Amino acid sequence: MAHIPDGVLTAPVMIGGALATVAALSVALRRLDSERIPQVAVLSAAFFVSSLVSIPVGPGSVHLLLNGLMGAILGWAAVPAILVALVLQAIFFGYGGLVVLGVNCINMVLPALICAALFARRLRDVESQNGFILGFLAGGLGVLLTGFMVASSIAISNPDYLPAAKVMLFTYLPLMIVEAVVTGAAIGFARRVAPELLFLPER
Amino acid sequence: MSMELLVVSGRPGNWLSLRDPRLRILIALGFALTIVSLRQVPLLLLALSFSVALVLSTGLSPSRIFRRLLVLEGFMLVLLLLLPFSVPGEAWFRLGPMTATWEGFQQAIVILLRANAIVFALLALVGTLEPVVLGHALSRLGVPDKLAHLFLFTVRYLGLLHDEYRRLHKAMLTRGFVARGNLHTWRSLGWLLGMLLVRSLERSQRIVAAMKCRGFNGRFYLLDGQHWRWADSLYALITVTALSVLLLLDGMT
Repeated sequence: MAHIPDGVLTAPVMIGGALATVAALSVALRRLDSERIPQVAVLSAAFFVSSLVSIPVGPGSVHLLLNGLMGAILGWAAVPAILVALVLQAIFFGYGGLVVLGVNCINMVLPALICAALFARRLRDVESQNGFILGFLAGGLGVLLTGFMVASSIAISNPDYLPAAKVMLFTYLPLMIVEAVVTGAAIGFARRVAPELLFLPER
Repeated sequence: MSMELLVVSGRPGNWLSLRDPRLRILIALGFALTIVSLRQVPLLLLALSFSVALVLSTGLSPSRIFRRLLVLEGFMLVLLLLLPFSVPGEAWFRLGPMTATWEGFQQAIVILLRANAIVFALLALVGTLEPVVLGHALSRLGVPDKLAHLFLFTVRYLGLLHDEYRRLHKAMLTRGFVARGNLHTWRSLGWLLGMLLVRSLERSQRIVAAMKCRGFNGRFYLLDGQHWRWADSLYALITVTALSVLLLLDGMT
């Protein structure tokens, strides 16, 4: 849903995206303890599998982005996890391009990091509000911000794309609602069943 | 069986499988970088037919290729459909208050050709590699160790978690779950996702414990025999020449 193919964006936008991704990745990899890699990998495989599930909405169906949820659960480790998922999707499924990988990655990663900053600590607070609402907000915000970033990376590339970029934002609305509900349910469930899942980012 | 999620096996022993995986990745990257800067439709058609020929030569079955054709997601379709109306230029046809232009139509075609040419080349050159071989090649090309390890571990567990997902999903279906576009469906799928995550966490704790028992200290040794041969250098040379010619031809007009 957030995969821009090759050939749409202009060089400055693609270079900017690649640089931003490299910067985020270098911070994230420094913070990622080698011993945690298997754990992050298993979780990111779970996210990858979940993003393949098509969920019915009205007449059509959508695939989840899950970047809000990944940010909330994995923290900075969401950066390499999302990049790996995007590489696999580009190479084996044809979703998204190769040269625009940097842009596609930062469009998913920045919202994930924002969700991590906003929600990760609140989710760990046992006294705080119910998990469904926090998850609902994280899921919805992840999609909303990604939608904005995708639309603006297209609009910046070429002013002729602007009308399309505006229409594009509306196509994210159904996904935003579904993703918010699904993420809310998932986090509410995890908080009751295995709260340790939400304590990962600190380690 | 568990890897079926990713593997796109071409005919075994096709000519591409003799080449070094690093060469295949580099060629795909060079090809993609060249194609995104081309502007002439005839050259793009040439590039597209080249990548289609490449896909066919790897012996992928046509049905699999069609399933992996450039996936035009909703928002890209919006862009391509609106381009003829938003680019100023010579009028092509009118639709109500809007005028479609030839220039806009041509831009949309250029985007479609570029995207498809790259997807096909990527599918043939890199998509036919075993994911594990791809991970090793990426590591040999200088991708940071931690990232390469994460890639390899993720690929390793994808199949297992896909099976786990199918098990949980089947359990829901047995209890009469039908996916519809309503709140109940979305919440139930959220619980399914939550359960999948909880089980993955437990699985990962067992994996880490088992690896530590075997002396895992954060280093993951990659053992494989990827050898760069002189023929690989030859292919690299031919590719660089062909791509430079394309770029030159594109710049001439």
